[in-house]
Amino acid sequence: MSESLWQRLTGDVPRRALLALGGLLLLLLAAPFLLRLAPAGDYWLSLLILVVYFSYIGQAWNIMMGFAGQLSLGHALYLGLGGYVAAALYVNLGIGPWLGVFIAVAAAMLAGGLIGFLGFRFSLAGVYFALLTIAFAEFTRILFDHFTWVGGSGGLFLKVEADGSAFNLQGSPLLFYYVILALAAGAFVLCRFLLTSRLGHYWLAVREDPEAAQAAGIAVLRTKMLAVLISAGLTAVGGVWSAFYYKSLFPEAAFAMGRSIEVTLAPIIGGLGTLFGPILGSALLVGLGDLFTTLAEILANDYGVKAAGLKQIGYGIALLLIVMFRRDGVWPWLARRLGFERRPADDAGEGRP
Amino acid sequence: MSGAHLAVRSIGKRFRGLRAVSDVTFDVPAGAIHALIGPNGAGKTTCFNMIAGVFAPDSGTIALDDRPIAGLRPDQICASGIGRTFQIVKPFMGLTVEDNVTIGALARTRHVPEAREAARRLLRDLGLDDRRAKLAANLTLPDRKRLEVARALATGPRLLLLDEVMAGLRPTETDQMVAFLKDLNARTGITILLIEHVMRAVMALSQHIVVLHHGEKIAEGTPHDVTRDPAVLEVYLGQEDASSPPRSGGGGRRPEGEAT
Ligand SMILES: Nc1ncnc2c1ncn2[C@@H]1O[C@H](COP(=O)(O)OP(=O)(O)OP(=O)(O)O)[C@@H](O)[C@H]1O
Ligand SMILES: [Mg+2]
Repeated sequence: MSESLWQRLTGDVPRRALLALGGLLLLLLAAPFLLRLAPAGDYWLSLLILVVYFSYIGQAWNIMMGFAGQLSLGHALYLGLGGYVAAALYVNLGIGPWLGVFIAVAAAMLAGGLIGFLGFRFSLAGVYFALLTIAFAEFTRILFDHFTWVGGSGGLFLKVEADGSAFNLQGSPLLFYYVILALAAGAFVLCRFLLTSRLGHYWLAVREDPEAAQAAGIAVLRTKMLAVLISAGLTAVGGVWSAFYYKSLFPEAAFAMGRSIEVTLAPIIGGLGTLFGPILGSALLVGLGDLFTTLAEILANDYGVKAAGLKQIGYGIALLLIVMFRRDGVWPWLARRLGFERRPADDAGEGRP
Repeated sequence: MSGAHLAVRSIGKRFRGLRAVSDVTFDVPAGAIHALIGPNGAGKTTCFNMIAGVFAPDSGTIALDDRPIAGLRPDQICASGIGRTFQIVKPFMGLTVEDNVTIGALARTRHVPEAREAARRLLRDLGLDDRRAKLAANLTLPDRKRLEVARALATGPRLLLLDEVMAGLRPTETDQMVAFLKDLNARTGITILLIEHVMRAVMALSQHIVVLHHGEKIAEGTPHDVTRDPAVLEVYLGQEDASSPPRSGGGGRRPEGEAT
């Protein structure tokens, strides 16, 4: 009854989907070199970095919402906490980010564990649980405003070091690109692994019907706790990356409500609970955002039309249209078009030991 | 796998002053098939909910093979060997039929392919084989009832609590379910306690019937005796015809009106 990890991960995935995934990975690996040939390659690379970053944290958030069905609107807390912990350890104590990230993850998991326990133990569900997550993020923002060891409201800054290297996560965008790509690829594989595990099945059961799940022998509290812990931990790693990439942290921005919302958009647009949803969603979001920025610039520069807010309005309308016409996200629809759906259950059994 | 002995002693439950169940005592011996009947609102489902751990009884005790279980959580009750179905079916709507049952089977193994294998066997036994790749949301009510049984059975119970799984089934489907449960009981020795309004099924399956009315036990005994019991006949509005007594003639709400 033992099966190889590869078999387990790819068991019921159509071959063409696997090939496409491999192709995508190769393309992403080669992208910085291909972009170098293009005009404004640095700019395109910075956009690509954003795409990969949002797909990574989207993947992490999706574990809670898409898999376990728990709505968190406070993921900026884990991003901010992760970033602040690693940055403060580095700036104040000289502890490098590769070590600091573990402490950052532990801190975020602690916070997530606390929120999860309070929320789930007292059966807060849906928007009420979401309110709790918002409250904690806001509370932490205010706390950090007055936390002088990390710079308070004045912010915390990472200097650009002349002798900086990958060892202290300093370097060119190229370094940051490959780090976040590795994280996103890792999160993708991890999520796939989790979905094929008992825990993954339990998450889906709890998402679909907690009462029936419990009657089927699932310890619901524990199952939800694992979702929030894993999600918070993964998100914190993204926070560390983001802190070292942008090199500055302000409580106002790090724990902002808007940042929490940003985390949720890619998986929602792409398809909740799907593995490709966060990736596709994030590409769409960054792409659309850039499209409308460029459009506004062209209107302003070439035609002298000052269309203030055009970007936000266009972006908003585009998202609205996507959500209206693809309620389950773009990916499930696209997957059907591309013939990437799971093999029917009949075939899946064959070749299984 | 073999059956477990359920001992219910003087259990009671109030909902804000309403005595849903009071002082109910009964036994289901290991390997037996018993039925719990009574008019709408008699407290049958409430009894199940107490046994299955949805809520603890206000008073009284419940034991499975002499081990007290009242007050345990539903997942702990499941682990101790009790599987239950819901009167208002609760499939995992967004998941396939096979995944629904696989999740139940994961209570017994953490190995997913093994659980999937067990799920397929159960789906075959219950005649849901050809629908296993369908989403549960796309099943008809009779199929959802069968899915409910399959998922409960997948957890490997020694006592199976069935809450109106025949309701809404056509007579041929009812007969299939009866045959399946009889065979299951004979094959594995599993203990079964069923709540049922379909008397045809109750008579065909159960060796012993407990009758509830207004939360109290008003009679118990063999199907033959119970259907001739004056108290029972009075409750069922003087239906003299003992071969089709309790409520088979309609009256009262049908619990299958559930919207999904
Ligand atoms: N969770 C609850 N909260 C409040 N009242 C409840 C609850 N569950 C059941 N009741 C009430 O307790 C009484 C017994 O209900 P129960 O569901 O046990 O009856 P039943 O015998 O299963 O009836 P039916 O044949 O209609 O399914 C009813 O009056 C019902 O309204
Ligand atoms: Mg009932």
